[in-house]
This record gives sequence, structure tokens and C-alpha cells, in this order.
Amino acid sequence: MADQADFAAQAMDYMPSLYSAAMRMTRNPADAEDLVQETYLKAYRAYGGFQEGTNLKAWLYKILTNTFINTYRARKRRPEEADVEDVEDLYLYHRLGGGLSAVSGRSAEEEALDRFTDDEVKAAVESLPESFRLAVLLADVEGFSYKEIAEIMEVPIGTVMSRLHRGRRSLQKALAQYGAERGLVDVQPG
Amino acid sequence: MSDDAAESDADADLPEVADCEETVHRLYHYLDGELTEDRRRAIASHLDDCGPCVEALDFESELRRVVADRCRDRVPDHLRDRVAQLIAHERVSRAHPAD
Repeated sequence: MADQADFAAQAMDYMPSLYSAAMRMTRNPADAEDLVQETYLKAYRAYGGFQEGTNLKAWLYKILTNTFINTYRARKRRPEEADVEDVEDLYLYHRLGGGLSAVSGRSAEEEALDRFTDDEVKAAVESLPESFRLAVLLADVEGFSYKEIAEIMEVPIGTVMSRLHRGRRSLQKALAQYGAERGLVDVQPG
Repeated sequence: MSDDAAESDADADLPEVADCEETVHRLYHYLDGELTEDRRRAIASHLDDCGPCVEALDFESELRRVVADRCRDRVPDHLRDRVAQLIAHERVSRAHPAD
């Protein structure tokens, strides 16, 4: 049992990552602020039931994710998972010319990644269908394990793996498209 | 679409050193630290001897770092203040429910 008096000291440090995740989920600052506010209020009210010594960050993310799904899922129609075509392994790497030369050290492809702007990377993440976007955010931005993501999203681990697999490939495709618009990437037809 | 999950059942039949195809296919599971010890070792052994797969691994690892770094937003001061006020208010109204 956690003491509510400790809540602010324990939970407020997570606001930057919760807010960033809320921005990717809702895609606008006003909704992201409402979502973070609602998450903290719910978390404060439920904090008595939080088991001290367990993962507070994962617990907060579960509340954030549930609140997002319940509040915003019904509101907006997003591209469905089925609309996402499959993309091969190493899609972006190959579009950036990877695998063609046998240089060692930091490669031209890695240098090319640095030329993507914050806004392009954010937009690419935000273009993913919701369930893929959540999985990619939780794994690649926040570093949660498959098991933690399964608990946060309340789905089996196999579903997490499948969403991550397809979400990461879709992200690579979206980045390749932004890259192509700026001439960073050679996008072949198809 | 749960081919990755199904693969774990077949792991016992896989060779001690992974080939390029398996390594590329499981790069993310390797980076995620989510492989069985057996497959992690098999892929690590392959990476010891395969420059192109190491290049691909480095790229995917760098991509993930770039995504994580670029997806940060600064919390507006008014949000931080508002959440602190809400919690303070909630604490008071719980302590004095009749108010």
C-alpha cells in the first residue's frame, strides 16, 4: 500500500515522458494536456492501491493508455491496422543505401538518420495506426519490456510482438517517405 | 500475424549459430533483449563473424535512439502547475469531505 502523501514526490518526475507520450497519442497539445491532467488525477485517487516497490512508471503508463483509449478512441477515426501493408526487413536501411558498401565505423546511413528533423520523426510516429503507435511508443521511446507492454495494453505478449513488428516497419516506411520528399532517401517504386 | 510468437516453439531445431536471414529477422528481438538465451547466443555468434549484419544492427539501434530522442516534448509550465494544484485540491477535499 502506498501513502497518498508521497504521490507528488514519486509521480511528478514522470511528467515529461507521460506528456511526450500523450502528445504522440492525441497529436495536439490541448488534448495531451487534458490527458496528462486526467491521468494524474486518476493516479492520485488510485494511489492507495499501488504496490510500493513495483514499477510506478508502468503503472502510470497503464492509466495514461487506458484513459487515452477510453476517451479518444471513439472520437477520431484513424487508419486501421488492416490498411497497413507489410514492409520487408531493413526497409529504411536499404532505402538509405545500406548494405551496398563494406565500410566500417559510423556509416552514411546512420549519418542520414541524423538529418531527419524532430518534426519528421514525430509525424512519422503519429502516422501509425493507434495500436501500432502505442506499442512502438512503449517499446522504442519508453523502453518497456514486452511483458510490461502486454500489461499496460492488456493484450497477450504475442499481440504486442505482432503490433511492434508491424508498427516498426510502418514507421520505417513513413520515415522513408519523409526522407524521399527531402531527397535523403532513394525510394524505389512499390 | 503472430508468426514471431509461434517461432519460439521451433527454436529447439535451430542451429547453434544463426544465419543472416534469422539474424536480420530477429534483430529487434535481439536489441529488445527478448530472445531466449539460446537464440541470443546464436545471433551473437553470427554477429561476431558477419560485418554486413553488424552494420544492419548498428543502423537499427541508431534508428531506435533517434526515434526515442526526437519524440520528446517540453512540459508546459502551466500544465505542471495545474496538476500540482489539482492534487493539492484533491488532498484537501478528501481530508475535509464535508466542505
